[in-house]
Amino acid sequence: MSTEQDAYAPQAETSQGRVFTVTGQDWDSVVSGISDEHDNKVVVNMGPQHPSTHGVLRLILELEGETVTEARCGIGYLHTGIEKNMEYRTWVQGVTFCTRMDYLSPFYNEMTYCLGVERLLDIEDDIPEKAQVMRVLLMELNRISSHLVAIATGGMEIGALTVMTIGFRERELVLDLFELITGLRMNHAFIRPGGVAQDMPPGALDQIRDFITLMKKRLPEYAALCNANPIFKARLEGVGHLDLAGCLALGITGPVLRSTGYPHDLRKSEPYSGYEDYEFDVQTWDTPDAYGRFRIRVNEMWESLRIVEQAVERLAGLEGAPVMVGDKKIAWPSQLAIGSDGMGNSLDHIRHIMGESMEALIHHFKLVTEGFRVPAGQAYVPVESPRGELGAHVVSDGGTRPFRAHFRDPSFVNLQATSVMSEGGMVADVIVAIASIDPVMGGVDR
Amino acid sequence: MAGDRPDFTTGPLTEPGTDVDATDGMPENVPDDGTGEQIGRREGMFGVRGTGDTSGYGGLTRPVEMPGPSQPPYGGWMDDVATALFEASRSAGIEHAVERVVVHRGEITFHVRREDLVEVARLLRDDEKLRFELLSGASGVHYPDDAGRELHVVYHLLSLTHNRRIRLEVTAPDADPRVPSVVATYPTADWHEREVFDFFGVVFDGHPSLTRIQMPDDWPGHPQRKDYPLGGIPVEYKGGSIPPPDQRRSYN
Repeated sequence: MSTEQDAYAPQAETSQGRVFTVTGQDWDSVVSGISDEHDNKVVVNMGPQHPSTHGVLRLILELEGETVTEARCGIGYLHTGIEKNMEYRTWVQGVTFCTRMDYLSPFYNEMTYCLGVERLLDIEDDIPEKAQVMRVLLMELNRISSHLVAIATGGMEIGALTVMTIGFRERELVLDLFELITGLRMNHAFIRPGGVAQDMPPGALDQIRDFITLMKKRLPEYAALCNANPIFKARLEGVGHLDLAGCLALGITGPVLRSTGYPHDLRKSEPYSGYEDYEFDVQTWDTPDAYGRFRIRVNEMWESLRIVEQAVERLAGLEGAPVMVGDKKIAWPSQLAIGSDGMGNSLDHIRHIMGESMEALIHHFKLVTEGFRVPAGQAYVPVESPRGELGAHVVSDGGTRPFRAHFRDPSFVNLQATSVMSEGGMVADVIVAIASIDPVMGGVDR
Repeated sequence: MAGDRPDFTTGPLTEPGTDVDATDGMPENVPDDGTGEQIGRREGMFGVRGTGDTSGYGGLTRPVEMPGPSQPPYGGWMDDVATALFEASRSAGIEHAVERVVVHRGEITFHVRREDLVEVARLLRDDEKLRFELLSGASGVHYPDDAGRELHVVYHLLSLTHNRRIRLEVTAPDADPRVPSVVATYPTADWHEREVFDFFGVVFDGHPSLTRIQMPDDWPGHPQRKDYPLGGIPVEYKGGSIPPPDQRRSYN
């Protein structure tokens, strides 16, 4: 051990043993430092800042040699109080907050929240067909982009950098579509109670069709690169094993549950937004390990492409149809249009409220300042997010703001499986197991 | 008029003279049907009290009511679940476990006495006709004006066998914020209960390690309670500061 003390990574003696702060390139001093200790047990505090922990996740690992004897998670480093903030904003503004929770699948956060609000408003049957189809289209595109990140980061963490670069390359294409349709790459706040914020822009359907054609060429690349790759398989197969009984006890849903072979998918079992009218298959696998979950994610991207294709065909026949409920007491009043000075309220709308209808002006003013009231009660309408069951428990006391909004985020629940997936395995497999859960800390901590 | 409108409008604008009356559905115009479960009162319309209220709405007082108890038949599969649960709890000797049943917007809620929660959860999971294998989640709600039942813990259960969803609700007073833990039946409740403890201060008896999960370990208070003090933002303008969101003037 070197006698010099590193000012930024000091060693210390504590009642629990000697503490080392590992900063890189100092492995020799750590090894020589612990070699004279009697027992071989090392507690490694990994994170919260660590490239392989999918964001600010902290792992506390107890190691004997390279074997993990105990693994625990420390979370909360990304807690921003979104649920509490939503209680001080109107129901529509709530969308702007919840879209930032699980930042890889923003549309799902918006969707489950809006479905809950719509159920309380009792307007579930009044949502226009075009809004439903656009929601499905956006969600399935989002599933592709989210699974691409899951595969890309998972690959990066085991050293497969090409998987990362091509994964993010394709994800960028999806984000371009989001930008075209909603105006933003992330944090869209596009799905609103009652429908969606805007109609499809001109030319969007053609761009989505081009994307589908391109993805059909690109998706096989993942299979060719990974499916039979001996290094890839050696790192993934048998790692992060969790059987069906374990999944149900721990409340695990999504690809992790489906990798046990159990075909549970809320899009089939409790269809929402018209999913019962689309043709697609629930993907399962016969090995409940990291490899099975990888294969499920790739297969689900194919299924999502199928749904996107069907949604595009439906949208082609719905040109000019409304995308927001007709009820003027709920529908967001402003209608955006591109003017000579950028995007703003359409001149038609300004003319309508300023020159034609006093009631329309009152509705506009009241909705924008006060918002609408939601009848008292509580609702829970879950959706199948890329990571599993995502549900918003929405409580209203009859006011203009949510009384309570709580999100059951699948990352939060699934992360509980970290210890059962990693204990008894190698320390390098912890990373693979967590990558196969695909937790997004924005959703875990909210 | 329709022809020259751009494509991005979100629906047809109403023709002049056909608009809905803007005062329809205003709270002062909606009669109280008196069937709900009162949890508080709403006063005024703008969150301003006393002499500062120049709105003219200061005298408006309305009860805040959650949906009240429902009577059978509840409709469809809900009757099967309710019957099976009542039968099972009778044979387990806890026939008064369910205080009331609320059916609202197609969702069924069983309000369970907190001392019977553990037993009811076990019956719901194991009974042949119930089989609620998956606990979706648990969340807390704080009703500061619901005297004696201020803290509610809400559980969402899913039966994969029968494809049904129910909700359990237990309450605890602020003075004795204790609810038994269901971790022994549903291990997934571990983190959910820690979160409810962290944010609402509900103590789950029998939880293996009830510690804070989102907030730092030494954090004072439970942030999602309605009485948790919110901070204002100091602004450097003649010593003024923005009041916390719950004290700002806003619609209520």
